Amino acid sequence: MIQTRHLREIQLGIKNLLLHKLRSFLTMLGVVFGVGSVIAMLAVGEGASKEALDQIRRLGSNNIIISAAKPADEQTASNVRGFMSIYGLLYEDERRIAEGFPSVKRTVPVKLIRKEGRIGERSLDLRVVGTSPDWFDLVQREQVGGRVMNWSDIKENRNVVVLTEWGARRLLATRSTIGQRLRLGGDYYEVIGIVRSEMSSGGGLRTPDENVDAYIPINVARQRYGDVFTQITAGSRSREMIELHQIIVEVDDLKNVVATADGIEAMLQRFHPKKDYQKSVPLDLLNQAEATQRTFSIVLGSIAGISLLVGGIGIMNIMLASVTERTREIGIRRAIGAKRRHIVRQFLIETVVLSTTGGIIGIGIGLLIPFLITAFAGMPTYVTPISLMLSLGISMGVGIIFGLYPAVRAANLDPIVALRHE
Amino acid sequence: MLAQPMDELQSDPTQYEAYLENIHKIYQMGSEQVRALDGVSAGFARGSFWAILGSSGSGKSTMLNVLGCLDRPTDGRYYIGGRDVSTLDDDDLSEIRLRHLGFIFQSFNLIPQSTVEENIQLPLYYQGWEPEKSLARARELAGMVGLGERLGHRPMQLSGGQQQRVAVARALSNDPAILLADEPTGNLDSRTGEEIMALLGRLNDEGKTIIMVTHEPDIAAYAHQRMWMKDGRIERIEGKPRSR
Repeated sequence: MIQTRHLREIQLGIKNLLLHKLRSFLTMLGVVFGVGSVIAMLAVGEGASKEALDQIRRLGSNNIIISAAKPADEQTASNVRGFMSIYGLLYEDERRIAEGFPSVKRTVPVKLIRKEGRIGERSLDLRVVGTSPDWFDLVQREQVGGRVMNWSDIKENRNVVVLTEWGARRLLATRSTIGQRLRLGGDYYEVIGIVRSEMSSGGGLRTPDENVDAYIPINVARQRYGDVFTQITAGSRSREMIELHQIIVEVDDLKNVVATADGIEAMLQRFHPKKDYQKSVPLDLLNQAEATQRTFSIVLGSIAGISLLVGGIGIMNIMLASVTERTREIGIRRAIGAKRRHIVRQFLIETVVLSTTGGIIGIGIGLLIPFLITAFAGMPTYVTPISLMLSLGISMGVGIIFGLYPAVRAANLDPIVALRHE
Repeated sequence: MLAQPMDELQSDPTQYEAYLENIHKIYQMGSEQVRALDGVSAGFARGSFWAILGSSGSGKSTMLNVLGCLDRPTDGRYYIGGRDVSTLDDDDLSEIRLRHLGFIFQSFNLIPQSTVEENIQLPLYYQGWEPEKSLARARELAGMVGLGERLGHRPMQLSGGQQQRVAVARALSNDPAILLADEPTGNLDSRTGEEIMALLGRLNDEGKTIIMVTHEPDIAAYAHQRMWMKDGRIERIEGKPRSR
C-alpha cells in the first residue's frame, strides 16, 4: 500500500503546515506572486506579439513575394524630360521561377494599374490588379458574393472584375453590385464577385491586397493597358515600363521556403543587372518576429523568475527555522527508528505542498491579472497552456530545490543532540 | 542464568538479549579526550529488569545511548539477540531501533502536534503498517496503559503521568525485545512515578527485558538487578535475576 503511505505522509505534511496557518500562508505568498507574475508577464508578452504574428501568418508563411522596386539611379534620371524608366519584374521571370524551381508549387503574377473606376455617376480611384485565379487561393479572403475569377475567364479574355467589399460599397451603396458594369479607363467590365479585404497595419508589413482593389484577368490587363504607365505629377510627366509589379510564389513546403527564396534571388540577379526588385519572405518575418517575441518572453520571464527565486528563498528560510524549532521532534522520530530519508521526505513534502499550493493560487492570480489588463487597459493578453504547466512544474521544483537543504540538514542532526535540544 | 559479577559473565553473546563486549566510547572535547565508556563488558539477560545507576558523568547515559543504538561505540562489540550491531550503518541502526527497541524518556518526548493514538502509532507508521491494523494496535495499547478514553487528546492536554503512559504505549507498539528507559520518573511526582514503575514492573513480569537509567535508589529498587557506573566503568553489580 505504497499509495496510502504517501497519502499519509502528505496528510501529515499538510497538518504540520496548518499548525502555523499564518506562517505557512506568508511563506507561500512568495511563490504565489512569483508564479502569478510569470504567467501574467508571459501572457502580456504573448498577447502583444500574437497579433503581429497572426498578421504575418495571414500573408501565408509558404509564400514568397517578389515586388518591383525602382532602382535608385532611375529615380534621379526620371526628372529628365521624356525619359522612360524600365524596371520591375518580367513575364519571363514568372515563367523562369515556375519552371526552374521544383519546390515552387505555383506562381501568381500581379500587375498593378491605377485607374478610376465608374459605375454610373459614382467613381472611385481603384488599384486594378491584373492577376490569375490563383491569387484567390494564395491570398485567402472571405468571399462576400458572386464568384472569383476562374481559368476560363483568362482563356477567353473576359472583361470581368472582382471588387472588394469596401470598394463595392463606395461604388454602389445600395444596389447589388454583381452583374453591374464597371468602367475602368475606356473599358467596361462585368462585376462577377466581391471579396473582403485585409488592410495591414503594423510591422512595416503590407498585405498583398488593398481596400481599393479591382481584380481582373492578367492577360486582359496586359492587353488593355499595356506595360507602359504614365504618371502625371504636379507639372511633370514620367513614364515607366513595368511588366509585372509582383510575383507571388507559393512553395510546396515550409522547410523549402528560405532556400527557394534564396534561389530565386540568385536567379533574378543573373537576369537583372540592376536590383529592380525586392523580395519579402513572410516566413523570415515570422521567424524574426518569433525570435523577438522569444527574447521578450525570456526577459519578462526572467524578471518574474527572480520573484519566484525570492519566493523559494523565503520557503527555505522558513523551513530552516522550522527545522530548528522541531529539532526535538526530529530527534524523537530518529530515536523511534525513522531513517534519514524519512526525515528528508517529511520536510520535502512540506515544502513541496507549500510551493505547489502557492503555485496553484499563483496560477489563479496569473489568470486574473491578464484578464484585468485586457478588461481595463485594453491590451491583448494570451495565457498559453504551456506557461501554466511550466509554472506549476517550476513551483514544485522550487519546493524541492529550496526544501532539500533544510530537509537534509534536519536528517543529518545527531539524534542524541536533537533529543537534548530544548 | 546467573547474576554476574564480571567474572561470571558468559562469553557467548547469544545467551543475552543485549551483550556489551569491551565497549569504549571516547569523545574529543577540544584537545581533551573524554572516556565516557572505558572498556565495559556486560550481559543483559532476556526478561531481566536492570537499573543503571551512577552520578552524572559516570557514563550511564552514554551506555544507554549505545544500548539504544543511538550512538556507536568507538571500540568493542555490541550484540542484540546475538547479532553484532556495532558495525552497522545509520540506516541499519534505525531499523534495529524501529524493530527491536523501545524508548521511554525522562521528558516523555511525545510529538506535541500529534494525538495520543498518533503518537502510539509512530513506530508502526515507520514500519509501514496498514492504517486500520495500526490504529487497532494503538487502541489496544492505550487501553492497556489506561488511556483508552484519551485517544484524540494531544500531549499538552494530558498530565505528566498520562504522557509517560502514552510514551510507554508507544515504546511497546513495535513489540520490542528491549525497553530502554532514561530516568522515566524524573519529571513525575513520586506517586505518579510509582504508577509508572508499577507499569514497568508488570511489563517485566510479562517477560519484557527492561534497562533503566536512574540516579534515584528507590526507583532503582524496582529493578531486579542494579549496575553502578563510575568513570566509564562498571563499579559494582548487585541483585539477582528473578527466577522464572
